[in-house]
Amino acid sequence: MGAKVVTVTSGKGGVGKTTTTANLGVALARMDKKVVVIDADIGLRNLDVVMGLENRIVYDLVDVIEGRCKLRQAMIKHKQFPELYLIPAAQTRDKSAVSPSDMIQLTDQLRNEFDFILIDSPAGIERGFRNAVAAADEVLIVTNPEVSAVRDADRIIGLLEAENKGPGQLILNRVKSDMVKKGEMLSADDVTDILAIRLIGIVPEDEGVIPASNSGNPVTLNENSRAGAAFRDIARRLMGENIPLVPVEENGGFLKRLSRLFAGSSNGS
Amino acid sequence: MVSFLDRLMGRAPAKGSSSKAKERLQFVLVHDRINLPPEQLDAMKQEILAVISKYVSVDATNVDIALQQRDRDSLLVAEVPFKKRREGIEQDDPAYQLSNVEEETEPTNAAPQRSSAGNATKTTRRRKS
Repeated sequence: MGAKVVTVTSGKGGVGKTTTTANLGVALARMDKKVVVIDADIGLRNLDVVMGLENRIVYDLVDVIEGRCKLRQAMIKHKQFPELYLIPAAQTRDKSAVSPSDMIQLTDQLRNEFDFILIDSPAGIERGFRNAVAAADEVLIVTNPEVSAVRDADRIIGLLEAENKGPGQLILNRVKSDMVKKGEMLSADDVTDILAIRLIGIVPEDEGVIPASNSGNPVTLNENSRAGAAFRDIARRLMGENIPLVPVEENGGFLKRLSRLFAGSSNGS
Repeated sequence: MVSFLDRLMGRAPAKGSSSKAKERLQFVLVHDRINLPPEQLDAMKQEILAVISKYVSVDATNVDIALQQRDRDSLLVAEVPFKKRREGIEQDDPAYQLSNVEEETEPTNAAPQRSSAGNATKTTRRRKS
């Protein structure tokens, strides 16, 4: 078979890369996929705490690359999903400890055993970013509906195109439907107009996300969470399922659904 | 009531700051993508106009040279209308054209006088050898 290597990146920090990686990993594992998530943010390890696996770490990514342990020894099995593994970042090293070819070699060793290899990229456009995308078959660019995040996403898309990895697919994270309706926040249509790349998911702002990472249980495990549902949809799209995108502002509420019904197919994009 | 219905149907136009955000992003990304600051882009436009003006006379008040985006590709789109030709009058002194172009693109109300004066005085063809 052979895994699909999916890198989650953004340019700007704080837009939700790690949250997205953790949630997609869990969502795919829930659908019985064999998944390994790799934290490529050397020196700023975080994917472990978001996934609740921080106290099981013995070896890390750099230990594997520098030959101090076997690959298997650095792979931490998830508490709940036996087919979900984490390879944590080194915390006391920096990005120069890893090269793009190291990442390609590492993922090549994993490809035969897994369905998905998710790589959480550091922010920025330097070495860490290039490490994270080197092995990618597919790149997901996370952004928020804000000018700075969208601008950085555009820069990342340009760099991906230059490395023949692009243009990638977009995840619009932290969308506040009430603000979009008031015209005070860029809508998904606005952002795709500007960036001209394919949108793979729209994730609403959700107060459940922070408690979820507080407790180390990604929000997609919560059936009632709207953000969690959005991550599950993205996971399905990654698996090749055709799940229609529904703008967040039309997602809930009886009245809104009623109005969508009346508006018919003209509203469907 | 109409606007309420429009809003319910999701047809209301965006009026808040998001349309401003979109405009500003579109502007800044055009320049980010080609890595050319606005003043250099202006200089390039002026040079292009000067080159065109060497060969044909240009209606500089109606020139439109702008960057556009087509999906993820940037392109320079130029609309350069020619001036209506007057019998027996030719004008292609490059020195004259360049300054003429620069001045005409600023205030449109000052332009007609200037260009007719230019037409009247520049009648010789000096550039050919």
